[in-house]
Amino acid sequence: MATSETIFREYRPSDAERSDRSAGDRLRHRQKVRESIRENIADIIAEESIIGKDRDRVIKVPLRGIKEYRFVYGDNSGGASQGDGDSRPGQVVGKTGKEGPGKGDDMAGDRPGVDYYETDVTLEELIEIMFEDLELPNLERRALREIQSDYSTKRKGYRHVGIRVRLDKRRTAKQRVMRKLARDRRVNGNGAADGDLAEPAEPPAEDDAPGLSALQPDAGAGLRKRRFPFHHDDLRYKHIEVDTREESNAAVMCIMDTSGSMDTMKKYLARSFFFLLYQFIATRYRNVEIVFIAHHTEASEVTEEEFFHKGESGGTFISSGYVKALEIIHQRYHPSLWNVYAFHCSDGDNFDSDNPTALKAGEELAEICNLFGYGEIKPLGSRYYESSMLNVFRRIQAPNFHTVLIERKEDIWPSFKAFLAKDRIKE
Amino acid sequence: MSDLSLDAPIKVSAYDLEDLIEWDRRIREKVDEFGLDCFPQEFEICDHNQMLGYMAYNGMPSHYPHWSYGKAYEKLKTLYDHGVTGVPYEMVINSSPAIAYLMRDNTLLLQILTIAHVYGHNDFNKNNFTFKSTRAELTVETFKAHALRVRRYVEDPSIGMEKVERVLDAAHSLQFQCRRNLAIRKLSPEEQIERAVENAQPRSDPFQKIHARQQRVEPDLRKVPTEPDEDVLLFIRDHNPYLADWEKDLLTMVDEEAKFFIAMMETKIMNEGWATYWHKKILESLNLEQGLHLEFIVRHNQVARPIPGQLNPYHLGLRIWEDVYRRWSEPTAEEIKRDGAPTKPAREKLFEIREVERDASFLRRYLTEDLLRDMDIFQYEARGEDYVVSKVADDEGWREVKETLIKNVGTSSIPVIKVEDADFGQNRTLYLKHYHDGRDLHLEYAEKTIAYLQRLWAREVVIETTLEGKKSLLCCNDRGFSVRALK
Repeated sequence: MATSETIFREYRPSDAERSDRSAGDRLRHRQKVRESIRENIADIIAEESIIGKDRDRVIKVPLRGIKEYRFVYGDNSGGASQGDGDSRPGQVVGKTGKEGPGKGDDMAGDRPGVDYYETDVTLEELIEIMFEDLELPNLERRALREIQSDYSTKRKGYRHVGIRVRLDKRRTAKQRVMRKLARDRRVNGNGAADGDLAEPAEPPAEDDAPGLSALQPDAGAGLRKRRFPFHHDDLRYKHIEVDTREESNAAVMCIMDTSGSMDTMKKYLARSFFFLLYQFIATRYRNVEIVFIAHHTEASEVTEEEFFHKGESGGTFISSGYVKALEIIHQRYHPSLWNVYAFHCSDGDNFDSDNPTALKAGEELAEICNLFGYGEIKPLGSRYYESSMLNVFRRIQAPNFHTVLIERKEDIWPSFKAFLAKDRIKE
Repeated sequence: MSDLSLDAPIKVSAYDLEDLIEWDRRIREKVDEFGLDCFPQEFEICDHNQMLGYMAYNGMPSHYPHWSYGKAYEKLKTLYDHGVTGVPYEMVINSSPAIAYLMRDNTLLLQILTIAHVYGHNDFNKNNFTFKSTRAELTVETFKAHALRVRRYVEDPSIGMEKVERVLDAAHSLQFQCRRNLAIRKLSPEEQIERAVENAQPRSDPFQKIHARQQRVEPDLRKVPTEPDEDVLLFIRDHNPYLADWEKDLLTMVDEEAKFFIAMMETKIMNEGWATYWHKKILESLNLEQGLHLEFIVRHNQVARPIPGQLNPYHLGLRIWEDVYRRWSEPTAEEIKRDGAPTKPAREKLFEIREVERDASFLRRYLTEDLLRDMDIFQYEARGEDYVVSKVADDEGWREVKETLIKNVGTSSIPVIKVEDADFGQNRTLYLKHYHDGRDLHLEYAEKTIAYLQRLWAREVVIETTLEGKKSLLCCNDRGFSVRALK
């Protein structure tokens, strides 16, 4: 050992910059995270309450795909660790579910960790990934763009700052002239010799105001002194305010059958539909209120949580949900002030005796709502031995009433599109 | 006009490379004086980003690409950015020359401490028996060659990343299902058969007349493997004829790397304790000036302090090494009465232990009841939602606490699973057995891992285990995963 020299390799910043060795692996990891979110999107939509939420909201997504599984011991194995000098049997030292108190070696044999295997995604991203999942992203974008026209914009004065397209060249030029006049007056008044004391000669940055630099004739070195460039203070931008109309309020009635026959899959499909509907309406109106009505033989207004997680048993009176919705509309969202949208999801398994009442209530809803839809959710295979409300509702003649049949996940998007197409025809 | 050296470089750190070289020289004098026996040493000075990169790749200067390292990096970086963990002062890899990284931004004292610490690891890695099977001179080259080969497979248009990943993902999940004690030679299939035949021979019994006749059990020599095989990846490589050469190569590589890391996992406590013991000794003997000395005391305590609720290998290891030194140099009367007088000088004893033990045996032999009690090591178990202290190191409990501790260090925290039969039920079902020691497998993890096994074996895979006291069979085939109760 004494014979060989220790080698010191010095730090070289250039190496450090080049040595981002993990870049490729990190990219691949992020791709996998995204894939994993896509795969789990059904669960996320089914689990989280995301419908009435802000798009910037952050959602915790459990990542099932990228845990690194290996054989490890489960919960029945205890461990040993060091105390603070005063450990007593029975003392609580940690929580199961989290990593055990014993510190595992980093390399292997780790207890399955829970915390890290979640990632935060904003709702916005989730919607994006979801539309990716539905594989028709462009259509959705178009639909969203058309909505912009609902806002009107109004010019309201001028500002010093703004985006390039709103630059008011005339006013900007005028400002410069005014400043020049003021400067000349000051210079002459003081009797100072030349323009050296004037505003610092700031050459107009080429990309600062393209098109304006042409106003500056480059008159050679002799004229340089008299050059009087534009200054940041000269810039004037048009200010535009978004004008929202009074009636841009909307209320969405989500009505769902929570009778015993609505299982998790059906609720997931319903939820996906409501989710899209809400997202759509939220882009169209400034103020969207959302009402969840759950019904079996009776209806009640519930929270989103309850709406999707409450399971009831027993039969179904669809009319009860509609009557409840009508009641809420009359109380809180009068159609003269609100745009009301109603959508009802059910597996169509209604008591026959209720059908006439349901039909009547449905007609009434269609009358006062901008759009009223009925979605029948029948996961594949179940269609043939259950009754259907689609036949019954065929009798509703209102132009803003629409029915859709959703059999599986892939149907949600086409159904949703069809639903909105109806809306466009009406306008 | 004047040389007011405003543009002379401003020294960011209070030392430069020459200082480090000088300190290294002084430390090496001590290393030689204490009789440590090291590989040649290389230090690389890096910044924290590079350090995070090295950590993500287990310290390797080159390593094949896989997304899990990207994940490791992201995790480390997140923890670091949020101040949950710092970056370590050093990283040493077991190679010859030994490579260690020094963080550029560390204070001079930290560099001195780190250098001394690194020589401790270096000596340990060179001399401990578990590292003998890894050829240190070839470490860096081997990893580099692996990286080249994996990259070639990724770039090969007939293979590509996805296929490589499919194999690597599966192989990584089974990586540590391999032999842990590499000092025990593995018998070749022929030798195993020989041994089986030999074992079946009736033993000579001088008291034949009074004993019952020995039952001769005919050994099943056609069974593959003859003896249960713990090297799962290698077994699959050798017995699944449908694997392509590149797939076999990947399995070999992953197994080789696992065996390299097994040595480190097996000696974590000893190794960290040893390096800590020596950096302490070396720095104490360097006659540091007061400022450095005070910083040394602070830093050393940060590294080697007990952390309640955890097991700090630096602390645990150091305490045992120091205790051994004390017991062999100045044993109490009571200890002499109990254990007999020491037979060799204390330092010689330390060197002997460093060579022939690994964590499990080290703790078993040298972690005494007094130490356990003094360090307040306890045993915990899950009770409902909580982990609850179940035993403390008192008169009744200490043995059990110690057993539990040993069960949870190094590779003992990985379930032992061996291949028992490659042709179970004559339909090429792979039959494995979990050697249950009171700890059940984590079922969700087992389900996913067995699916990886099936991916590599391409036929049904079953594992015999015990779940909540009942013998069970975990099965994975084309129809999915199932758990069956066994009689």
